[in-house]
Amino acid sequence: MAAIVVEDLRKSYGALQAVRGVSFTVETGEVFGLLGPNGAGKTTIIEILEGYRRRDAGTVRVLGADPEHGGRKLQQRIGLVLQEVAVAPQLSVSELIDLFRSYYPSPRPTDEVLQLTGLTEKAGARVRTLSGGQQRRLDVALGLVGDPELIFLDEPTTGFDPSARRGAWELVRNMRSLGKTIVLTTHYMDEAQNLADRICVIAAGQVVAEGTPDTLRGTEEHRTFIRFAADGIDVEALPLKAQVEDGVATIETTTPTRAVNRVTSWALEHGLELDGLEVTRPSLEDVYLELTSDQ
Amino acid sequence: MISDALILRRQLGYEQRIFWRTPAAAFFAFMFPIIFLVVFATLFKGSTAHVGAVSVSWNDYYIPALVTFGVIGACYTNIASSLSIRRDSGVLKRFRGTPLPPWAFMLAVVLSSLIVAAILTVLTVVFGILVYGVHVPHHIGALVLTLAVGAMSFCALGLAMTVVIPNAEAAPAIINGVILPVIFISGTFFPVDPSSVLAKIAEYFPVRHFITSMFNAFDPAQQSATGLSGNDLIIMAAWGAVGLFIAVRRFRWEPRRT
Repeated sequence: MAAIVVEDLRKSYGALQAVRGVSFTVETGEVFGLLGPNGAGKTTIIEILEGYRRRDAGTVRVLGADPEHGGRKLQQRIGLVLQEVAVAPQLSVSELIDLFRSYYPSPRPTDEVLQLTGLTEKAGARVRTLSGGQQRRLDVALGLVGDPELIFLDEPTTGFDPSARRGAWELVRNMRSLGKTIVLTTHYMDEAQNLADRICVIAAGQVVAEGTPDTLRGTEEHRTFIRFAADGIDVEALPLKAQVEDGVATIETTTPTRAVNRVTSWALEHGLELDGLEVTRPSLEDVYLELTSDQ
Repeated sequence: MISDALILRRQLGYEQRIFWRTPAAAFFAFMFPIIFLVVFATLFKGSTAHVGAVSVSWNDYYIPALVTFGVIGACYTNIASSLSIRRDSGVLKRFRGTPLPPWAFMLAVVLSSLIVAAILTVLTVVFGILVYGVHVPHHIGALVLTLAVGAMSFCALGLAMTVVIPNAEAAPAIINGVILPVIFISGTFFPVDPSSVLAKIAEYFPVRHFITSMFNAFDPAQQSATGLSGNDLIIMAAWGAVGLFIAVRRFRWEPRRT
């Protein structure tokens, strides 16, 4: 059974149409990435799923229930990690975990939650003494404490340094291995690529692409780029048409083997070295930028 | 199985920890009435207060008056300002996304303030007896009941105030701007002529009724049989009920977006 079904979801704030007919399905046990630039409507969508916001139109089912009317029963089955870190700074890590444990029918043991989030050493520390990354991990701990079936992570690594991001990714993989369904919003391409089983790209309140990281890239699969430094090369004389930008010549081709052969043969004939020669397929980042650029 | 009693107990522990771990706020919550007592007891040394037909020494009037002042601070002011701050920082939103029942959250906030109000009352009264030789409260039962009705009413009004407070920055101005004029015209710090327009206006608000009912419970001249003032309690409770109604209907868990 699908953990989440969204059909033709719409939401406006006054004249601003934040979500304009979004549909997607999240399967049980998968990591589902909602990817899109800031202001694309990701947070509005996730807050409707979490029950914070009412939708204007469309159908939404979260674990079989309508989040607007799911109440306490539904809230016991989902875990939230919101965008802002927001817990009382006067409390200690283990005190907060114990407090949140009392809200759920079958919470995970405090020690286990501390260990999963790497906070064992900080159990007795007051929240105000934690670093930003540690506070974020505490937020994740509080989202996990009720042993939820479904976890929402709203931009879990925004503002993290690279090592903290790796740590957070590890944490998401841990949660996935516990069999949780995870919905993650992010505006980082590499995050979606590394963590998500499936990605839904949102731009200006609409779904512009959906699929696994590989199939998303596959939409542009036929395109390959040959790049080299344009300095000292008569680009007009090349056997294939090239674009020059920032001193780099780029040839786009659908038949890379033949194209590389023609370009390198031409260079050899003219006694030229093609500095920085590379042959690349579009990265997911290129695909993402392409998809969201018109919006 | 989840027990609502366990949730409430944990939640109350949480509120109490927050209070006691903000030592500056806790210190002033208890010291404010005592500081005012020292200042005004010095200013009005040797004067007499008239409450209805009763005349007592000023200090015997000030103790109940300043107890109400302290309780209003611990309940109304403290709840309205701390919830505004917590709403702005997203703490309330975080709770709203958990299975914590809203009533349990609110009840824990109120109970925590009642604990503070009770401690504050004892401290102020003991200080008054030891340092200024005021009379020991005459009707302890009536005192407890008056304190309970007054404190709960002002807690409810504090919850209701969060509805009109747009953000934490505006909170102190709105909270004090509403309550301080009422505190002044109700005769908390200095006498207000009962026949004056101000005193008549004060009759419409709960503060004056809190002071007179508290005074009757202390009953320094031992005039009353029970120390209970039914009318005052009913008017305070009515204000509290209106506050609770507004709070239940309109309470916001999230910061205002614009």
